[in-house]
Amino acid sequence: MHPTFSLQCPIPISDYPTITLAHGGGGKLSRMLVERMFVSAFANPELEILHDGAVLDWGLGVGDWGIASANPQSLIPSPRFAFSTDSYVISPRFFPGGDIGSLAVHGTVNDLAMCGAQPRYLSAGFILEEGLPMAELWRIVQSMAAAAQVAGVRIVTGDTKVVERGKGDGIFINTAGVGVIPAGVQIAPARARPGDVVLVNGPIASHGIAIMSVREGLTFETAVESDSAALNGLVEAILAAGGEAVHVLRDPTRGGVASSLNEIAASARVGIRLDEARIPVLEEVRGACEILGFDPLYVANEGKCLVIVAAEAAEAVLAAMREHPLGRDAAIIGQVVAEHPRKVYLRSRIGGMRVVDMLSGEQLPRIC
Amino acid sequence: MRFVDEYRNEADARKFLNAIERLVTRGWTIMEICGGQTHTLIKSGIDRLLPPQITLVHGPGCPVCVTPLELIDRAIAIARRPEVIFTSFGDMLRVPGSAQQTFEVSQTSKVSRVAQDLLSVKAQGGDVRMVYSPLDAVKLAQAHPDRQVVFFAVGFETTAPGNAMAVWQAQQMGLTNFSILCSHVLVPPAMEAILGSPDNQVQGFLAAGHVCTVMGYWEYEPLAEKYRTPIIVTGFEPLDLLQGIYMTVKALEEGRWGVENQYTRAVTRGGNRPAQKLLAEVFDVSDRQWRGIGLIPRSGYRLRPAYAAFDAEQRFGVGGVTAQESPLCIAGQILQGLKKPHECSAFGGQCTPEHPLGAPMVSSEGACAAYYSYGRM
Repeated sequence: MHPTFSLQCPIPISDYPTITLAHGGGGKLSRMLVERMFVSAFANPELEILHDGAVLDWGLGVGDWGIASANPQSLIPSPRFAFSTDSYVISPRFFPGGDIGSLAVHGTVNDLAMCGAQPRYLSAGFILEEGLPMAELWRIVQSMAAAAQVAGVRIVTGDTKVVERGKGDGIFINTAGVGVIPAGVQIAPARARPGDVVLVNGPIASHGIAIMSVREGLTFETAVESDSAALNGLVEAILAAGGEAVHVLRDPTRGGVASSLNEIAASARVGIRLDEARIPVLEEVRGACEILGFDPLYVANEGKCLVIVAAEAAEAVLAAMREHPLGRDAAIIGQVVAEHPRKVYLRSRIGGMRVVDMLSGEQLPRIC
Repeated sequence: MRFVDEYRNEADARKFLNAIERLVTRGWTIMEICGGQTHTLIKSGIDRLLPPQITLVHGPGCPVCVTPLELIDRAIAIARRPEVIFTSFGDMLRVPGSAQQTFEVSQTSKVSRVAQDLLSVKAQGGDVRMVYSPLDAVKLAQAHPDRQVVFFAVGFETTAPGNAMAVWQAQQMGLTNFSILCSHVLVPPAMEAILGSPDNQVQGFLAAGHVCTVMGYWEYEPLAEKYRTPIIVTGFEPLDLLQGIYMTVKALEEGRWGVENQYTRAVTRGGNRPAQKLLAEVFDVSDRQWRGIGLIPRSGYRLRPAYAAFDAEQRFGVGGVTAQESPLCIAGQILQGLKKPHECSAFGGQCTPEHPLGAPMVSSEGACAAYYSYGRM
C-alpha cells in the first residue's frame, strides 16, 4: 500500500512559519527540515540512510514504497548503484577556481563517489532567467562539458525551463547522477567504528572563503581559489588501497567538516576526536577566517573528502591519497572513539578540549 | 601564520599554565570583560586547563548581548518599512525581538509562536542586508537615493569610531537618506557597576584589549585605585589570555592593584587620539539601558544635536517602542558574573541557539552560546 500523504497531516516542522536562509545552510535547521519534512513524508529505507546519495539495486523493487519494512542490510547484493541529485544556485556564477557549471558536475559526481560508486551518467536541468546573456550560458555549458570529461561521466539527459525576468537568479542548475558500486565496497556513515582513523585529502574551507570574497567584495593579499574538483579518481585510489577497511566517505560541503562529522557520529553512534593542529587550512584561508570570525571547520568545501578507515589501513590509504594530485596534502586529522557517542570533540592547538557542535544556521560575521 | 601561530603555541601555553599553578595559593575570581575573550577561553579550552582555584566569570562585553530588547524591536519595526534598506553586522540579524509571531500550523488548529528577528523580516520581504562596515551602508545610501538606508550601530568603544566616521562622512556628502539606530555602550561604567554592586564577586579584571586600542587605558586607573582591583589590559589569542590571567593572579597573590598592560603590541595608555577626536565630534556621552543589567548612568553614546538628523529613532518615530524580557532568562546575572550559563534553568532546554530566550545564546560572543556550542554543560 502506498501511504497517503494528505494535506490534513499537521506540518511536522512547526517552529518557523516560513523558510529562512538558515534552512539551507547545512546546519541543524537544514537537517531538521530534511528529517521532519521530507524524510517523514517520503519515508523509505533507502532515504532514511541519509547518505549523500541513495544506494540501490535492481533486485529489490526500486521506488516500491511497500518495502518500508525491509531490512536495509538486504539492499547490499550486487550489482548495486548509487543515485544522487543536487541543485546549484550559487552566486556569483563565476568565481576563482570554478563556476556554477563545473560545480554542478563536481557536486553530483562527488555525492556518488562518497557512496563508493563510480559515477557514470548525469542529467542536467537548467532553469534560466529571461535576459541571461547567451555568452554566459555557453561558458557555463562548456565548463560543464569539460568537467564531465575530466570526471569521466556523460551528461545523457536534460531539461530546460525559462522563467520571467525577476523570477530566478540568472541560472539554476540541477544535476542528478548514477554510478556503479563495485562488489565488496560498503560505504555508509553508520559504518564508522571506534578505533577508526579520520583523514582529509587536503586544506579545508577554501571554497566557502573564495565564494565569500567574491560575493562580498572582500580582497585579500592572495586570492583564495575554490577547491571545486571531481573526487571520483581519488576515491578509486582510496578504495584500491584500503578496500573494505574504508568505512565512510563524505564530502564536507555546506556546513563544512564539523557538520559532516557530527552527522557521521550521530548515525554510527560513535564519538569523534579531532586534533586542531593537524587539520590542514591554507594560510590565506585561515587569515580570512580570523578576520571574519569564522571557524574553518564550518566553511564549505567542494573538493574535499573525509575518509574514515580502519586503523590498520590508515597509513596505506594516506600514502595512496598523497600520490593522487587531489590528495597531496592529505592528513590524518582525528579518530573515532567509543566515548562521548554522537559528539565530536576537538583538541585545540594549545591542548584544551571542546565540543564541535553542528551549526544551527549559517555563520555570520561578528561585530568585532 | 604570523601573528597568530605565535600566540597559539602549546609549549608556551604549558609554561604559563605551570607558572600560574606555582603562583596560586587560594581561590580567585577573575572576569574577562569581552565576549571575544570568553569565546577564545572556551574555544581553546583554557577554562579547563587552569588550576581549579581560578574561577573565570564572563563579563558584559558582548555588544549583541547588552543591546536592549526594545532596540531589537525598534530595528525590526524600521526594517519592515518598504522604503528602508536595513543594514547590520551579521550577528545582530538572529537576535529575537520580543514580539511573538503567531501562526496556525495546520487544520489541527495548533497554534505556534515564534519570535521575530531581522532574518525573519528578510524572509518576509524586508530589505535587510548584512554589511562588513558602516561605510558600506553609506555607499548603499549613495547608490540608492530613493531609499532610506539605516545602519544598526551597536557595540562598544571598538566599533564606535567606524560608526562615527559613517555619520561624519554622510554629513560631508550631504546625504539625507542615511541614519543610524544607535546603541553604543562604554566599558568603564559597566565595570564600575559590577565593582560597586554589593553582590560583586570579581577580584580581578582582564580588560578588553580592543576597546583599549581605541580609548587607551588611563580611564581604568581611577577604577583600579578606588576598588583596589588589578585590571590587566589583555589581548584575544590564547597566549594573551594566559599571560593576562598570570599577571592578574600575580597581582592578586602579591596584594597589588592597578592597571597593567599585557597587550602592548596594540595598546598604549593614551589610545588612538584621532579616533577619540572623531567620537567627541559625533557623539555625546549619555545614560544607557543595558540588557539584563538596567540603566547605567553615562554609560553610552548618543548622537550630538548637530548630527540629530542621522538618528533613525527620531526619523522613523520608534523611540516609544518598549519590550518585556522573558522571565526565565537570567542574562543579567550572567553578564555581571553572578551566575554561569549552565546554572540557568532554561539553558539547553527552553533556550538554545535555535530558540534563544536571551541574547547571550545568540551571539557567537555570548557566554551562553559559547557554553552551549563548545559543550560546557
